Amino acid sequence: MSMPENGRIITFGEAIREALAEELRRDERVFIIGEDVGEAGTPFKVLSGLIDEFGPERIIDSPISEPGITGMGVGAAMTGMRPVVDIMFGDFATLIMDQMVNQAAKTHYMSGGKLNVPLVLRTTMGAGRRSAAQHSQSLHAWLSHIPGLKVALPATPYDAKGLMKTAIRDENPVVIFEDKMMYQLKGPVPEVEYTIPFGVADIKRQGSDVTLVATSSMVHVALEAADELAEVEISAEVIDPRTTLPLDKVTLIESAKKTSRAIVIDEGYESYGVGAEIAAVIAEGAFYYLDAPVRRMGAMDVPIPFSPVLEDLTIPTPAGVVELARTLCGKN
Amino acid sequence: MDSSTTESPKKKDLTLGDNEQWLHMYQQMCKIRAFEENANELYLSAKMPGLTHLYIGEEAIAVGVCEVLRQDDYITSTHRGHGHCLAKGAAVDRMFAELLGKEAGYCRGKGGSMHIADQERGNLGANAIVGGSAGIATGAAMSIKMRGTDQVAVCFFGEGALGQGLLYEVMNMAQLWKYPVIYVCENNLYNEYTHYSETTAGRLLDRPKAFGIHAVEVNGQDVREVYATMTQLVDRTRAGEGPAFLLGHTYRYRGHHVGDINREYYRSKEEEQHWMTERDPLKILSDWLIQEKLAEAQLFDQIQNEVYSEVEAAVKFALEAPYPDESEVDMHVYA
Repeated sequence: MSMPENGRIITFGEAIREALAEELRRDERVFIIGEDVGEAGTPFKVLSGLIDEFGPERIIDSPISEPGITGMGVGAAMTGMRPVVDIMFGDFATLIMDQMVNQAAKTHYMSGGKLNVPLVLRTTMGAGRRSAAQHSQSLHAWLSHIPGLKVALPATPYDAKGLMKTAIRDENPVVIFEDKMMYQLKGPVPEVEYTIPFGVADIKRQGSDVTLVATSSMVHVALEAADELAEVEISAEVIDPRTTLPLDKVTLIESAKKTSRAIVIDEGYESYGVGAEIAAVIAEGAFYYLDAPVRRMGAMDVPIPFSPVLEDLTIPTPAGVVELARTLCGKN
Repeated sequence: MDSSTTESPKKKDLTLGDNEQWLHMYQQMCKIRAFEENANELYLSAKMPGLTHLYIGEEAIAVGVCEVLRQDDYITSTHRGHGHCLAKGAAVDRMFAELLGKEAGYCRGKGGSMHIADQERGNLGANAIVGGSAGIATGAAMSIKMRGTDQVAVCFFGEGALGQGLLYEVMNMAQLWKYPVIYVCENNLYNEYTHYSETTAGRLLDRPKAFGIHAVEVNGQDVREVYATMTQLVDRTRAGEGPAFLLGHTYRYRGHHVGDINREYYRSKEEEQHWMTERDPLKILSDWLIQEKLAEAQLFDQIQNEVYSEVEAAVKFALEAPYPDESEVDMHVYA
């Protein structure tokens, strides 16, 4: 596990703000544009204070025009700037798909390698906030499907800071999905400068009986499940790919070969999702080592309901992971 | 970007234009027409993969606009983009190579007719999503303002793009923040196969004016008028007065694309004939130059001969040029 044992403890939100502030200081081409990113610091207050240091020229409050600010980010990125476009809710990915999929992702290739789009798109994901069907989805699979984009899903404050800094320095369009329920999550983040390379999975917990591949907040679900599984003498390995595009296939396959069982836990809709892709990668790469079918756990294939009683049923839980892992290991 | 290396601004006055410059504009319009006629031939003789959208009839807008621009000014273009690309200074041989999917093309054959980009001349690329580049052009203008240069960005689009919401989002921001962008709307009357009057409510210029954007219209068949008006727009935008909108009334002589041959169900042959004989941009300019005794008729034949020879040589170059190596297929997905 790459998370340091010692160091300052800060929140996930603070880690993101720190990464942005450091990059804004380091590179004058970096700017942030989005709805209420300035004085308001976003509804989640992740950007609070940035406008005081960097001013309204670089922390730009925009109209409610997601396609417009995303398209302008693409154009600014193509002409020498390093925009960070803030899209408040991941559900609004629906509004920006042309600019991300047809413009940002394809410009470098279509121009024969002449034009670059070093754009970062920050957005959120995750249910559980009682925000109902249009503010709770995890749509990272959509963007992970598109060649030319990179997609990162930090699960800890340490990863959030390192992945954000890497994203801003990348020459390609990068989408970062932050689970909005994790902004207050605390963890160690060193004060020294660091970045985290894309395409390198992090083994969050070593184990030998079953591999739990988990993304974003599901990493914490998997870790909690792993604690419970230890009590029934099942040793679970928890792997966080950290980026779904590029995907560190080698680490996933090697872990599955070692444990011979794998469950993929991802908060996107279960059908046609990131979980399906990762399960296929493991099935193709570790087939002859597996003792059980690779299993997926995702958001239930329903629009996210408002009623707490119903909403909670749609998200994978530690208890659900424990039950499935026990079944795969024959220890019910 | 260093503006000291770029050309000096052009003259403003419609009638006081430099004779050499009018002839250069004639040559540029002629080059676009010759390019498009040859592109059509390549399609008809099955030498060109896919389809292409011809700019014939609309040459005065691309040339009148780009003649005012410096090399370091930006443009974004459309699926009907060959004219914009040539007017901004692209070479015909590398453009044909791109149309034929050859490695020598501007995008190594990976873009094709609808995606030619030429960053050395500020061309940020043609776009096959109608209105899709409005954000890119406005973002380039945002970048200009942030970097503190005196460049401008020009966004070319057809009147069909007036149906896209993105355009209104970015025009709002461009005016709000005084970005140096000029929206150039080429009204060639047809959204693909449908007359714009069937798709567009109200008056076209009322749309930019709703944002307080300085908006003017020109006869898009008269390159002198396009050039003179664009000069004024570029001057005010370069001086920091914010965005502008130029509406050019023009006509697409050919179909929506090269395969759109039988057009009687949406427009008459008489209408086409009227524009081709009465409102042809090349003829309007050459007639005026002859009438003003600024040029002899045979000079235009000479220019045409030179241009058509250059274009034919470029076609030959492109036909003989090699295709990209198969190893290119997954190259340039990421920078």
